[in-house]
Amino acid sequence: MEWVNAVIQGILLGGLYALFAAGLSLIFGVMRLVNIAHGDLIVLAAYIALTIATTLGLNPFLALLIVIPVMAGLGYGLQRMVLNQTLGDDILPPLLVTFGLSIIIQNGLLVLYTADPQKLSAGPIEVASLTIAPNLTLGVLPILMFAVAVAVIAGLQWVFYRSALGRAFRAVSDNQDVAQLMGLNKAHIFGLAMALSLAVVGIAGVFLGIRTSFDPTIGSGRLIFGFEAVIIGGLGNLWGTLAGGVILGVAQAIGAQINPGWQVLAGHIVFLVVLAIRPRGLFPRIEQ
Amino acid sequence: MIRASEISIVQSSRAAWIAGLVGLLLLLALLAAPYWAGRADMRLLSEIYLYLALACLWNILAGYAGLVSVGQHAYVGLGGYMLFALAMFGGINPLVAIPLAGLIGGVASMLVAVLIFRLSGAYFAIGTWVVAETFRLSFAQVSALGGGSGTSLPAGIVTAIGDGRDGREAIIYWGSLGIAVLVLAAIFLLLRSRQGPALKAIRDNELAARSLGIDIWRSKFIIYVGASTLTAMVGAAIFLQKLRISPDAAFSVNDWTAFVIFIVVIGGIGTLEGPIIGTIVFFLLRETLADLGPSYQLILGLVAIVVMLRAPQGLWGFVRSHYRIELFPLTPRAIDSQSKKDI
Amino acid sequence: MHEPLLSIEGLSASYGDFQALFGIDLTVNEGEVIAIIGANGAGKTTLMRAICGLVKRQATRAEFGGMPIIGLRPDMIAKSGIAMVPEGRQLFRSLSVEENLVIGAQASRKGPWTLEKIYTMFPVLKERRLTPATALSGGQQQMVAIGRALMSNPELLLFDEISLGLAPIIINAIYEQLPALVGGEMSAIIVEQDVARAVSVSDRVYCLQEGRVSLEGASGDVSRDAISKAYFGV
Repeated sequence: MEWVNAVIQGILLGGLYALFAAGLSLIFGVMRLVNIAHGDLIVLAAYIALTIATTLGLNPFLALLIVIPVMAGLGYGLQRMVLNQTLGDDILPPLLVTFGLSIIIQNGLLVLYTADPQKLSAGPIEVASLTIAPNLTLGVLPILMFAVAVAVIAGLQWVFYRSALGRAFRAVSDNQDVAQLMGLNKAHIFGLAMALSLAVVGIAGVFLGIRTSFDPTIGSGRLIFGFEAVIIGGLGNLWGTLAGGVILGVAQAIGAQINPGWQVLAGHIVFLVVLAIRPRGLFPRIEQ
Repeated sequence: MIRASEISIVQSSRAAWIAGLVGLLLLLALLAAPYWAGRADMRLLSEIYLYLALACLWNILAGYAGLVSVGQHAYVGLGGYMLFALAMFGGINPLVAIPLAGLIGGVASMLVAVLIFRLSGAYFAIGTWVVAETFRLSFAQVSALGGGSGTSLPAGIVTAIGDGRDGREAIIYWGSLGIAVLVLAAIFLLLRSRQGPALKAIRDNELAARSLGIDIWRSKFIIYVGASTLTAMVGAAIFLQKLRISPDAAFSVNDWTAFVIFIVVIGGIGTLEGPIIGTIVFFLLRETLADLGPSYQLILGLVAIVVMLRAPQGLWGFVRSHYRIELFPLTPRAIDSQSKKDI
Repeated sequence: MHEPLLSIEGLSASYGDFQALFGIDLTVNEGEVIAIIGANGAGKTTLMRAICGLVKRQATRAEFGGMPIIGLRPDMIAKSGIAMVPEGRQLFRSLSVEENLVIGAQASRKGPWTLEKIYTMFPVLKERRLTPATALSGGQQQMVAIGRALMSNPELLLFDEISLGLAPIIINAIYEQLPALVGGEMSAIIVEQDVARAVSVSDRVYCLQEGRVSLEGASGDVSRDAISKAYFGV
């Protein structure tokens, strides 16, 4: 039963990893940009939520109402003012600029908040649990997080394939020149894609902060989990990303069950194994 | 009118000769440092040499072969740990263990390359990072090497390096200088060889390079393994100087990747001179600003972004485009052989 | 006399260090069909891209409908009423046929062209409206590309090598539709390899040679000799 429990916890944790991954996957899909600062932005969102929660005395879930628009606005500004200048045929500028951004955010947070671990307190919901079977109790919070992750992925899927904005995203992704001939302002579309990506980052950051304690240095780890979920699931497939997150979460839970030191390591190993046997991921989008 | 027969393609210039001469004198002076420099200065110099070597190697990967790795700290750490393992369990003299650690790093990089070369572009970058993390977490599980908290090189091994503390420090100093010279020489020869133009072709246009019959995978593989081998040697030398190793120090993305990228970007990526200029600038900044702690790194990040956006060729690229000089004669130039002027 | 719809003087364009156009003068009057001919590499496609703002260009004067267009972004030029059917069709491969057409209306200009009118003109597109656009045959893809351009209700429509890679029977069918599209409200610039066809469908013709205009004249007046001279520069 301990093992069943571990696997179920892993599945639920996978939802959080899918949230880390979704924003990363989205902007790669639209503009082929890999944002190395993605993880640090997740941590930044957690700190923004912390500041709102402590100064206004708000529950972190309510703080989301402020965190999401703030992060989306930050994303739009960042894209229009900095990242759009780096896009082109050369992959170096966007990589190095987002790497620099990662260092700036991390150290900026260290200056502002010190290295002390922090945590967002969501109140009684954190300890609430449901008894599924005699030896199996699940926390309400992990279930909620997983449900939100599924909802976010479904929402992104809808935006991408059913809305005018998603149509513009796909058009710009397919052919930037011709998309502009249709009257689409590339810089603005990219800004909107980054805004949407960081809105998801805002949700991920708040959930991260509620689930575990955090400090300014943990961003790169979240980037890596998100990245692993994207690659395991297969590029360009949002539901695949959710599956990738779940596989990563289960691998980590099983690793931790064997030996606490193996939790993260087990995830990396599963990632490397997938890369070795299915380099395009488990559920790659079928290219026409 | 210049006839074709009067054009000769040369790879050297007067600036290069002067630079070569100054370089030789500088090398002699640095070789003699144990006789004129204090212990702290020697440590700083060693550190400069090793950073210079790391920067040159990363530059070859990212600036020439298009392999933008943000995980070369995997090989710094692996090299360091292999030095400790070979010395502690194999009873091998640490100086001999440095090249052996490099070889082990090279073999490991072959296996890694087979896996992560499946990822392209930016995803390759993060893939290299995952590999480094995997190494870090794995070494944290090895209790014989101190697990998560790490270990020190036993006193018996340390004293066997050389006579007395001054003697040891001089030997370690020469070792660091030797590795930096080795790396610079290897890169210089690589770029002057047939591989040099091939690499440039790959970086500029992979598709065209492929149509010229260049085996891109093979070229990149050779560069990746070569650079990783030397990076592991540098790592071994770094931790021989420190005499203490731990997973977090050995596989620090900050120390062995972020700073190195900063050096290359500031100096000028894709040039041989860039990392040298960048190393000097980096250490000047560090010696004056390091007391600021996180703010110092914040400034480094800002400077790197501004340089990348406003002067992507870095300091050296700026100098070169304004004065047309080159210290390492690598760019072939067409010269009118009668007037000796550039065409 | 009316001001020309498009008037360009001294237009140059380059890709990096390579200059492709040198001081082009070009005018398009309202309702006129202009043909641009010239050998491969003469700069025809570059001229189309320069008008749309997709390549770096300078000009002593470039006005469309009385408004300067140099310095405008491609999307702003599109919104001002210039549309292009690009060489090789270049449909969005992750969009369905209908989505490709709808995105053409992104410039949100008023005018006669609607999705329904496009479907009336090309009924086969309605049948296949949910298919990925790149799954269609070459001729059908060209219909989508033309429909997509019409959806923005342009005042000036640029056709870049619409016959490229299509069967002669399909090329004929497309050119038969042309009079219904252009003339009257809409002007057009047609880039065409087939000189005879270019001359027969147009009011005036320009010949480009190595990035310069080597011949300009009313399509009825230019002789075969003059064209081949302007074409090959002999």
